Amino acid sequence: MDLLRFITAGSVDDGKSTLIGRLLYDSKSILADQMEAIERASKSRDDGEIDLALLTDGLRSEREQGITIDVAYRYFQTTKRKFIIVDAPGHIQYTRNMVTGASNCQLAVVLVDARHGVVEQTRRHSLIASMLGIPHLVVAINKMDLVGYSQDVFSNICIHYNELAQKLNVGEVTYIPLSALNGDNVVDKSVNMPWYEGEPLLSHLETVVLDQDENLTDARFPVQYVIRPQTPELHDYRGYAGKITSGIFRKGDAVTVLPTGETSTIDAIEIAEKHYDEAFAPMSVVLHLADDVDVSRGNLIVKSDNQPIVSQNVEALLCWMDAKPLKVGSKYTLQHGTFRTRCAVREIVYQLNVNTYEEFTDAESLKLNDIARVILKTAKPVSFDPYGKNRVNGGAILIDETSNVTVGALMLQGEVA
Amino acid sequence: MSTYKLDYLDQLESEAIQIMREVAGQFERPALLFSGGKDSITLVHLALKAFRPGKFPFPLVHIDTGHNFQEATDFRDWLAESLGEKLIVRYVEDTIREKKLKEPTGRNASRNALQTFTLLDTIEEFEFDACIGGARRDEEKARAKERVFSVRDEFGSWDPKLQRPELWNIYNGKIHKGENVRVFPISNWTELDVWNYIKRENIDLPSIYFAHERELILRDGKLLATAKGVIQTEESDQIVTRRVRFRTVGDISCTAAVESDADTLEAAIAEIQATRISERGETRIDDQVSEAAMEDRKKGGYF
Repeated sequence: MDLLRFITAGSVDDGKSTLIGRLLYDSKSILADQMEAIERASKSRDDGEIDLALLTDGLRSEREQGITIDVAYRYFQTTKRKFIIVDAPGHIQYTRNMVTGASNCQLAVVLVDARHGVVEQTRRHSLIASMLGIPHLVVAINKMDLVGYSQDVFSNICIHYNELAQKLNVGEVTYIPLSALNGDNVVDKSVNMPWYEGEPLLSHLETVVLDQDENLTDARFPVQYVIRPQTPELHDYRGYAGKITSGIFRKGDAVTVLPTGETSTIDAIEIAEKHYDEAFAPMSVVLHLADDVDVSRGNLIVKSDNQPIVSQNVEALLCWMDAKPLKVGSKYTLQHGTFRTRCAVREIVYQLNVNTYEEFTDAESLKLNDIARVILKTAKPVSFDPYGKNRVNGGAILIDETSNVTVGALMLQGEVA
Repeated sequence: MSTYKLDYLDQLESEAIQIMREVAGQFERPALLFSGGKDSITLVHLALKAFRPGKFPFPLVHIDTGHNFQEATDFRDWLAESLGEKLIVRYVEDTIREKKLKEPTGRNASRNALQTFTLLDTIEEFEFDACIGGARRDEEKARAKERVFSVRDEFGSWDPKLQRPELWNIYNGKIHKGENVRVFPISNWTELDVWNYIKRENIDLPSIYFAHERELILRDGKLLATAKGVIQTEESDQIVTRRVRFRTVGDISCTAAVESDADTLEAAIAEIQATRISERGETRIDDQVSEAAMEDRKKGGYF
């Protein structure tokens, strides 16, 4: 069975929590005692209706304020697939949480209120999904019950959204009209919208093709840890432990260690003390090299005939995630996989308005949740691929050197002079 | 390996191994918190896959409430010894004596809250900078929001509003002296995933996970193990003999048994697939005090 991680983006009023509650409830993933707890909590509310949103809001302040603050992870499975739902808050002040949640997802469900159509936050959520390189997008047009299940309303929203999608680099887009509250087209096909010929949301999630999502072309292996038992019988054992982030490695492959540039060949591929002829992303393995080259944590092993960019001058899209603003000239620690180096922000090329997609070229600093294109100068060269080509080897974070907190998400784009 | 596609259990396994190796790569003095329960046994198995033929880069640490199932303690000692890995045990009993702590009394009293003191003392004693634990996000609503690398201050506190963003598979373990990180490699596993993995990998478990005849206390519809000096019996209690198994293995005073005939892994998995009650709801008495019981304990430094 395979695994699909998907993010749901929407705000309080879009019925996102209700949609997740509905998916869990109709797929029978909510257990009896959890349901009882919700029924108890719902009784203390004015309307007395069972509030499926109570399933997902886990923190006390979230329940009190009736909003989702942080990313929550939900798990369910059907006979066809296993799912991890990444439930991220949609309000602009939580952009950083959505970016965090979206980074690992293969699919995004963007909720649109049928009464309001494409609004500012739809544009923001779609921008983040596209910037984070999520390959599959579902536009879930919710609350169809409140617009009389009208096909015209649905078609108009599709046309509008399609115009927006043209401006973004989004993958495949699927439109589904639904009512999370009533369960139309969530798990079961709606009897209220016979004009809709597509699948309900769950069937779509179960069948969307994921085979092309993993990058199996560019072999990349960041070294996490060197295994050296140093016992008499394993005196010369030296294994490089790590997770293949993309591509396929085979025994006998000519490889290069970056950023040093030393070369060797793969002598053995080991998983849990068994030997294999090949291994592929996202496997955790131990590699052995034929030559005694200098390799340690932070190095990237790649196939010699397919090498990434190795540079100290890097252009990147940045989502700023800290309350303390980023200023041009400031220094941070950059972490790319297992590699860390100091870096300075040379320039803000432009800042992006996340709602209108307009670019401003005069920004000198960035605030929490701002998105910009920046140029960084690093102390040591970074070995990366453009994010659009390789999500894992194209992503990096910025760490504040005094607080140690993760303050920025970087989608590395390329090298500059 | 012809299709270049990993099954979901392989994906979860690879992610957990990567997280363990990040701990080894980023920290000076990590530890693996080991209880003898199925989740921490799974962690040990994953550590074997991550580090063999080398030794574990951390000791196994057990915070012993003194209220254990003998079967789980025996299993713990056997496992550490058979693997040749270091086991450190610290006792809540000692903390109570040294700090003159008042032990909760009354019905359903447990040492779960006191365990936090011993854990923090142990972290200080060995200067652990990272503690690997077997918590899963599907266990409870507050856990569903916790990061894989969860930074705690000097008092072990978790601040849900100040969590570090965690992107792709990049883990930021940079901390100040005195702080430590709790690391949860099986965050994304469900109870059923753990069981399926145990079956696939043929992992040994303590016998109490499987159906056996046992003398129990029937209290408020829940079946508690009889344990001398740990659980005080009350007038309304009934002592019964039933065929049961334990779905989780925690403090004996607050872990309930479920009636069951499942004496094999296959049968236990079939039962879990059919159940309509969550793991904690069925077997943990300590979480039912309030809606936010777990959130409060975590803010106070609990695992």
